[in-house]
Amino acid sequence: MASILETRSLQKRFGGLQAVANVDFEIDDGELHCLIGPNGAGKSTLFKLILGRYPPTAGTIRFRGEDITHVRSYDRVRRGMSIKMQVPGIFKDLSVRQNLAIALQDHCRRARLATEIDRLAEFVDLTEQATQLAGNLSHGQQQWLEIGMAVAIEPSLLLLDEPTAGMSPEETFKTGEMVHRLNAERMTILVVEHDMTFIRQIARKITVMHLGEVFAQGTIDEITRHEGVSRIYLGESHGG
Amino acid sequence: MPRFLKLLHGDQTIGRGPAFWTGFCVVLLGALLYPLGADDYYVGNTAYFFIWIFMALGLSLIWGYTGMLSFGQTAFFGLAGYSYGVISINLGSAYGLTFFALFSAVLLAALLALLLGYFMIYGRIGGVFFGIVTLSVTFAFSQFLAQTAGPQWRIGEARLNGYNGMVGILPLSLPWSGEEIYIEGRVLYYLLLAMLVVCYLALRILVNSRFGNVLVAIRENPERAEMLGYDIRKYQLASFVIGGTLAGISGAMYTSWGQFITPATMALPAVAMPIIWVAVGGRKDLTATLIGTFVLLYAFQTVTVYSQQYALILMGVLLVLTVLFTPSGYVVALAELLQRLTAAKPKDNAVSRRVTRRAADD
Repeated sequence: MASILETRSLQKRFGGLQAVANVDFEIDDGELHCLIGPNGAGKSTLFKLILGRYPPTAGTIRFRGEDITHVRSYDRVRRGMSIKMQVPGIFKDLSVRQNLAIALQDHCRRARLATEIDRLAEFVDLTEQATQLAGNLSHGQQQWLEIGMAVAIEPSLLLLDEPTAGMSPEETFKTGEMVHRLNAERMTILVVEHDMTFIRQIARKITVMHLGEVFAQGTIDEITRHEGVSRIYLGESHGG
Repeated sequence: MPRFLKLLHGDQTIGRGPAFWTGFCVVLLGALLYPLGADDYYVGNTAYFFIWIFMALGLSLIWGYTGMLSFGQTAFFGLAGYSYGVISINLGSAYGLTFFALFSAVLLAALLALLLGYFMIYGRIGGVFFGIVTLSVTFAFSQFLAQTAGPQWRIGEARLNGYNGMVGILPLSLPWSGEEIYIEGRVLYYLLLAMLVVCYLALRILVNSRFGNVLVAIRENPERAEMLGYDIRKYQLASFVIGGTLAGISGAMYTSWGQFITPATMALPAVAMPIIWVAVGGRKDLTATLIGTFVLLYAFQTVTVYSQQYALILMGVLLVLTVLFTPSGYVVALAELLQRLTAAKPKDNAVSRRVTRRAADD
């Protein structure tokens, strides 16, 4: 399968801190990939490099075969990337419908806008809240709304930064189902997450980062059996 | 109905339906009939109020809709005002050249907005620093003009004259049958009213369009707006230039109206006034800005008759009360209260109802 995203020798240094060190990383088209690692491992920095929020200190990023290392964030989005940020990035003073409309307006015909808004609201289970102000939604619903907005632009690569942070177990499970449905529609998804239950629910392939480097890669079983990973991330008690 | 006319009402503006547009027509009719029964002084005074509303609407677009607090409106006002004076004094009024002066002055204000906006927005100056830089530019311009009292400070025939102000400026005029018609008094009133109606309606269409949706998205969360694929710098710059152009219209029309301009029109009270008008009325809505600005100008002038200091204190108190109790502005709050009282479904909020209707229209 062709890779949709590739980083080569990617580095990011903040003063004396090497946040990302020589990361060679690939995601295949249609893959559902999880990125895990302890705090400070460099996961969020890698996300921001991929999305162009930070310029890399060295290295290259290729997306669908094109070098996008120096392409601005909004242009990467236009080329097919989308992100749900760690802290819900929604328009809190606007309604759910308006949030979805703004995300959709450049990606669907005017005549179909209302239908598409309804479809997306249903997908993220916010049909009943469609006319509410986004700021009045629960934390979990705000996360879903942002997933809906990120999906609205029909990306070929969806980046989810801790999509279940602050969610109840039921909400987390529901989010996992959403991710599965999107992936089943051939959307490539890269998830940064701490919640191992969620990762077990969704992940096909996992990359573990540690101290800014790719530490291990494999399936959930391979990763949970990996001695080094248990030591650095899962804790000895989870090692088996 | 053409698509663009449907955008006269939408998510980003208060007011829709027969009740609102009937009210709009009644007010417009009242404004059209007013000069027929009013004294010349009051007609001229009302025209003076109209002049400032362009600048306030521009600030509503920049600050209220796009989220950039700018003190630069007064600089664009001043530049256009002085430019109109300089050009009209030098070219005279033959062949309708005062209108050339008007267009040139407004164009210069737009160019300054483009230049200043480009360096700030593309230089990633945002938040409070945006306000600081625009305030500094306005003060620098004002202070520069304040020291131009000497005879060496002239552009062609036009003396800048420091705090004494530029004099000898020509009013707008048009050649007619070998003579000139001066655009003053009632004629100026009707010209300003027509310009105001056109600007107001055009801005309603603009903010309810896809472009307006992006402006609001930038105000609410610029990072998210960019992460939806919008080059937010272009939208911010466009908003800043349109707002600056409107301030330029105010400046040039002000100079034509009074045939006089001084650096005091860019001093601290003048810089603060548009912020107060727009905040007190409701910066996130054009109609609220228009009504709020008109009412505050009237109140300010009425109190100024007794004491200018008290008038300034009143404006300051109003701003504090707005920030503390009604951050969305009093006109917006009143509109939402009326909507709640008359709505069939009181549990829905006003904004949500607007959204639901808009979606149904789409």
